[in-house]
Amino acid sequence: MANDVWVYIEHKDGAVTPMSFELLGIGKTLADGLGSSVCAFVIGEGVDNIAKDAGSYGAAKVVALDAGVFKGFRADAYSKAAAFLLDKYKPEIALFRATSQGTDVAAGTAAQLNFGLCTDTIDLAVDGGKLKMTRAAFGGNYMVSVVNEKAKPQIVTVRPKAFAMPAQDASKAAEVTKETFTVDEANLNTKVLEFIKSAVAINLVEADIIVSGGRGLGSAEGFALLKDLAEVIGGGVGASRAAVDSGWITQEQQVGQTGKTVKPKIYIACGISGAIQHLAGMRTSDCIVAINKDPDAPIFKAATIGIVGDYKAVVPKLIEKFKGKLGK
Amino acid sequence: MKIVACVKQVPDTEAEVKWDIPGGVLKRDGMDSVTNPFDEFAVEEALLTQENYDGDIIAITMGPEKAADVLRNCLALKVNEVYQCSDAAFAGSDTFSTASVLAAAIKKIGDVDLVFCGKQSTDGNTGVVGALLASILGYSQLTFVSKIRSVDGAGKKIVVERAIEGGTEVVEAKLPAVVSVIKGINEPRLPNLMGIRKAAKMDIPKWSAADLGVDASKVGAAGSCSKVVEIAVPPPRGAGEMLKGEIEDIANTLTDKLIDLKVIK
Repeated sequence: MANDVWVYIEHKDGAVTPMSFELLGIGKTLADGLGSSVCAFVIGEGVDNIAKDAGSYGAAKVVALDAGVFKGFRADAYSKAAAFLLDKYKPEIALFRATSQGTDVAAGTAAQLNFGLCTDTIDLAVDGGKLKMTRAAFGGNYMVSVVNEKAKPQIVTVRPKAFAMPAQDASKAAEVTKETFTVDEANLNTKVLEFIKSAVAINLVEADIIVSGGRGLGSAEGFALLKDLAEVIGGGVGASRAAVDSGWITQEQQVGQTGKTVKPKIYIACGISGAIQHLAGMRTSDCIVAINKDPDAPIFKAATIGIVGDYKAVVPKLIEKFKGKLGK
Repeated sequence: MKIVACVKQVPDTEAEVKWDIPGGVLKRDGMDSVTNPFDEFAVEEALLTQENYDGDIIAITMGPEKAADVLRNCLALKVNEVYQCSDAAFAGSDTFSTASVLAAAIKKIGDVDLVFCGKQSTDGNTGVVGALLASILGYSQLTFVSKIRSVDGAGKKIVVERAIEGGTEVVEAKLPAVVSVIKGINEPRLPNLMGIRKAAKMDIPKWSAADLGVDASKVGAAGSCSKVVEIAVPPPRGAGEMLKGEIEDIANTLTDKLIDLKVIK
């Protein structure tokens, strides 16, 4: 159908997480608004199980492109494949997650086909038959809504966790269409030599709980305490730019304008003053707890719960209480 | 080698942002502006590549008259040439139009081996111009690059590390390539006083749509697919609650409240 909503299902070498299917929820909502269906599309090698899972997460149809050349993710190979599918089926909208992979394929596809491209959206709605896309600009200080009046389909990348996860129902199945398309290895520009797994176990962008530290921690040792708290409550450890630039913690863990944008359910900020650049990366967290010695720190204006005090005294107390109450 | 560094002028993060609401575009005049922080890493990586290997660096930008400032900074850092893509027709460009104009400039420069961009700009935050440029030019698309391992100009090959979800991917790619870099790849140097003085007197060559052979109806507001329909300030967060008293009580209250959210297992 020409006005279907397509959802790109990302995976890493055939491995998926529930978050891979995240956009089938909003995809279904948009399809309902357009009176069409939500269709998952997956590119890779040996992706039958992924195609099946997409049905259980609510896809009405699945289009799978299976070939050896797509074994590992490569931007140029996957973009060519996605462009082939979108050009053939011409859906109304194609949704990609705003991850490294989703952004690479969305951009590569949009450039090849001259489609409209809107990135890192945080809200999507069908209004009068038109897709209204809202994105944050200036580090979240402004919300800009746009509509596409020209090129179709509209290619959209969606910020992780912007929409609720669809429920999985193993009894639901989708009709799977297999497409044949391949790319000649000689026409590809890149080759992945190896993948080095990160020592940081939790991806902050997908984390529900983050314990974060800033300049006020005073040293790298402060992060050891935060890590203990994070472990007790099952969270990841984040940091402000000041802490990263001081060399206390890795760049990978920086939250803010030049780091990651996160949206956990609980964000505990310790010794973070709350500069606008940091707020840009975490202001949409559900519950923000701020612990800071300075009662005038701007972080308290963004906080759901504030505590004026020294993290060195407060955090060990929190660990003790959590351990007791959670039976750990 | 020919190395291009793409730079953008953005409003200073601390500056007050002014919108032309009906037009849905920024009023860039009269705002404090800086070089996009991510582009400073791109320029530094171009300089390091030149030092470690060889090559000429050409810095380019697209933007109005005052955007020449960001190229002057590049000249102060001793890049070899600069060009400013500037034309009334470019105003209101979306990401695709922007990438098309930059791609035309890169084609005009000719025989380019490496293009460095920042991961994203801090104003528009779209983060796709690098990837679009690669696709439009047919160059290797290398995004989220955290390290350049090696560049082989003669063998037309590059090996980079990409910081992606869950780890680091090591990729070998053919040149030419567009490399968009993340924070942490290097420590951008500052220009010295002599460099700044010299750059202040230099001419910034400008390229119009006609110079670039770009169809003016296909770029800028006229050529862009999307139209801004609404600009809003996000609702302020509600006034928070301050916990006061003895640390024992505070910790008790906070842990109860957080456990009640049913997120912690």
